Amino acid sequence: MDSVGRTIPKRFLSLVLLFLALILFAAAPRYASPYHIIQLTSIFMYIVLTVSWAVFSGPTQYMSLASAAFFGIGIYISAILGKVLFLPVVIGLGGLISFLLALLVGLSSLRLRGMYFTIFTFGLSELIRHFVLWWEVNETGTVGRWVVGVNPKVVYYVMLIIVLMTLAAAYIIKRSKFGLALRSIGESEEAADHIGINVNAVKIITFAISTFFMGAAGAIMATRWTYIDPSIAFNPLFSFMPVLMAIFGGIGHIYGQILGAAVLTLLADVLLTKFPYYYMLLYGIILVSVIVFLPQGVIGLEGKVKGLWKGELAK
Amino acid sequence: MDVTLLLDMVIGGLIMGGLYALIAVGLSLQYGVARVLNVSHGEFIMLGAFATYSLYTLFGINPLLSLVISGPLVLMIGFVIHMTLFQRLRSSSKSMAAFEGNSLLAAFGLLFIIQNAALLVYGPDIKGYSYLDNTVNLFEALFAANRLVALLFAVVIGVTFYLFLVRTRLGKGIRAAAQDMNTAQLMGVNIRRVLGLCFGLGALMAGIAGSLMSMIFEITPQMGLPYTIIAIIAVVLGGLGNILGSLVGGLILGLIGNIVMYIHPGLSLIAYYILFLLLLLVKPTGILGK
Repeated sequence: MDSVGRTIPKRFLSLVLLFLALILFAAAPRYASPYHIIQLTSIFMYIVLTVSWAVFSGPTQYMSLASAAFFGIGIYISAILGKVLFLPVVIGLGGLISFLLALLVGLSSLRLRGMYFTIFTFGLSELIRHFVLWWEVNETGTVGRWVVGVNPKVVYYVMLIIVLMTLAAAYIIKRSKFGLALRSIGESEEAADHIGINVNAVKIITFAISTFFMGAAGAIMATRWTYIDPSIAFNPLFSFMPVLMAIFGGIGHIYGQILGAAVLTLLADVLLTKFPYYYMLLYGIILVSVIVFLPQGVIGLEGKVKGLWKGELAK
Repeated sequence: MDVTLLLDMVIGGLIMGGLYALIAVGLSLQYGVARVLNVSHGEFIMLGAFATYSLYTLFGINPLLSLVISGPLVLMIGFVIHMTLFQRLRSSSKSMAAFEGNSLLAAFGLLFIIQNAALLVYGPDIKGYSYLDNTVNLFEALFAANRLVALLFAVVIGVTFYLFLVRTRLGKGIRAAAQDMNTAQLMGVNIRRVLGLCFGLGALMAGIAGSLMSMIFEITPQMGLPYTIIAIIAVVLGGLGNILGSLVGGLILGLIGNIVMYIHPGLSLIAYYILFLLLLLVKPTGILGK
């Protein structure tokens, strides 16, 4: 931990930086092309997924692979209710229902540790995907659904607001006693229990809060895609990518997670336009390389290239 | 319920169960022993299936004979992948938990690489060929001959592998490594080679199952993931790290899937998941676990 005297000016600096970035992004639709606005929206989406994934899974070391489930639920809420309800209500509901489902999942999977938890969450999101697919085929008769489209600029601003909310929540949780409790769970769950932390409550509440943002992001993203089906909405990529992005950037730092999400989303975009046929193959190679060569993330390189980052980004 | 329907269900279930058992044993070797939760397991099934398909349609090689070519091929691929990629991760990860997480993510990348390489070569269309598809009458219940042959092969390979595991020195090494990697190493087991071999053998089991499946089902480069998930479920059912348990787990899943198919087609995968989630919640050590 840094001493108080050192952290204040740095915190002030990062606040100024954040404020400048905010102005830049808020004004973006005035000067950026529609293509770049859509690109930025995708980056924001992955920032939300990555940061909210890391809020729970980062400090506790419980690797959740259920992001796709909560994101997809937001998407389906939007598809079902988008025609009858107001956009902010739909987004709020997308988050809320994800939150409630996560409470349920958290309560039922308390006993599972380590890999069992990971397998459970992966199985859960695949179960939901297949169930929705089965439901659509047998009950509604069609696999896909149309979503009421929304102006890309509106989508952009809504996503920006969700990003800010996610970052604020992540920062507050990290800095509070709650965050400390999460970290001690990650280091030793038994010890955390013995020093009086209500381990179960802390885990479940954090998990549920983190999924709120995934659901909300899904609800607004659906309006941009306009056509959705279960394999789009519950694509396992949405579970795995946030994990890889967080690792790529550096799991322990919020700015690392943002960096990872931004760089990998842009990379996917470039590959898709430059090599449309080999894009997925190249992306797979990049994913493996990230794990092999950067297990500590780009931020982990900090130690090796000291001084380069220090002044502006370290908090 | 008349006897024919019962026979239909049981033998049909055993056919699927036999194939699932092979796949599950493969994943059990990779996860139970080598500690790699290989989500690209299904891609090796796909590789085996396409190898057999190519050998049959291009060179007219008998699908059952082609196992002799496709088997060693996937075994080598698996062995090399473990020796290069996963060994490296094993030495760079700080703890076993970190290694399990990292190797799961690397396997997800592998899934992408193998699946998309196959897509580039074969295209996204559904492929298939007919081999031994005349029907055989077993006490009034009808089965395609290729399904029965697949069952026979699955049983023979399963038993052979069991004997290898129980009777040979290398099999003993594998069982020792499954129980405790470090102690096994202290007792003189060459752990690098055994783990690499386990991963390769796991790929081999998947490849053989894929070759047998290509006689029965249509194949596509994207066919793998559902089988991976079935394998994960079967392995958890038998207990993580319990190689013989996963054999039983695979058989049970095949039977259950076949019964659910009669009640409502399309629901079998959902039935697996529900069974799986319940099992994880109630008895995560598996049905044979302590």
